[in-house]
Amino acid sequence: MKRVGCAACHAIPGIDWPQGRTGPSLKGFGASPMIGGRFPNRPEVLTVWLIDPPSLSPETGMPPSPITEAEARDVAAYLYTLDER
Amino acid sequence: MSAERSSPEGIAGWPPPALDPAGPFAGPLNALAWVLFAMGGAVLLVVLIALGVALFGPRRWRGRLGGERLVWIGGLAFPVVVLSALLVYGLGLTSHLTQEPAPGEMRVRVTGEMWWWRVAYVDAAGREVLQDANEVHIPAGRPVVFELDSADVIHSFWVPRLGGKVDMIPGRRNLMRLQADAPGVYGGQCAEYCGGPHALMGLVVVAHTPADFEAWRARQSAPAVMATLAGPGAEVFARAGCGACHTVAGTRFNGLAGPDLSHVGSRRTLGAGILPNNHGTLAGWISDSQSIKPGNRMPAYPVLTGQELRDVSAWLESLK
Repeated sequence: MKRVGCAACHAIPGIDWPQGRTGPSLKGFGASPMIGGRFPNRPEVLTVWLIDPPSLSPETGMPPSPITEAEARDVAAYLYTLDER
Repeated sequence: MSAERSSPEGIAGWPPPALDPAGPFAGPLNALAWVLFAMGGAVLLVVLIALGVALFGPRRWRGRLGGERLVWIGGLAFPVVVLSALLVYGLGLTSHLTQEPAPGEMRVRVTGEMWWWRVAYVDAAGREVLQDANEVHIPAGRPVVFELDSADVIHSFWVPRLGGKVDMIPGRRNLMRLQADAPGVYGGQCAEYCGGPHALMGLVVVAHTPADFEAWRARQSAPAVMATLAGPGAEVFARAGCGACHTVAGTRFNGLAGPDLSHVGSRRTLGAGILPNNHGTLAGWISDSQSIKPGNRMPAYPVLTGQELRDVSAWLESLK
């Protein structure tokens, strides 16, 4: 996540700086039922979303990320640890 | 700063290590720093021992410490000799760093701006032939003269692994030489508080092999392949008025207030050395750079739709 710079748009627990405001804060994301308010928050959907969001939602402002599928699974695993309310 | 930051040292060499010299101009400064540290430590030790003796020593020793002779020797003669010797040693080490450029030496002009670095490559006649920002490319293994200036307040140019700090003072051109012995990426940082996001004013020096450097220069001298106005990204760029502050060579966008974006997609970092540079961080920066680097002079663009934001950042990323 640091190599790609997710925090440029998202406040992410565990990363002090930056805490971008363009996308939603990911605090509590693991306990959230939806991705981007539109898609069910399941690992296989999240992995696709992390790699290429516009393929799911053409209007999203979140661009594709230069990460592999394995890396996307790692990021998803981290996000699912963020389940504090 | 905390270790938990987005800036990956692998990309930018930032934040830079301070005592790890990588060139002939940084080596002596590193030696000087350690010599000063050792001398200071030795003097502190002597003073502490004297203090201990003065407080707790036998009466005869205390009597000796109280004499006027000690003041003349330890208080006057010793500092004069030690500090003069250090001054001569230090000046000898550093004097050759700031000489005027000799014919044939490569010159780079770096201008400190709030809060980024304007970079221009200068030919032998002193003309600026190539513009860039926040990233300086040099050939490894030979000295490069940096002409340092400021557009607003005092900044300080510091690439710790390659050389010392030199202030950038408005209206004055300071000179400094840097050399990287090996190809690599060397981080730098503004070292003089210049307001607001001063701590987020980093830069990157990239040292190439001579052949790679010439290839880089050839690429940068021509407009980027994607520098055309056809396509949705360039349209958004035009409509949002980005060209009022930013130049993209090969297009009509020719603003000078902000960093030159002619080859922004080829840079290693975004926001002056602080973020990885990719489609996503470009989008985040354009959308709301104020949340990333508070106080910087680029406004947020909450007017763009998601699609527009992705289009314009994709176009910028393609300007290699």
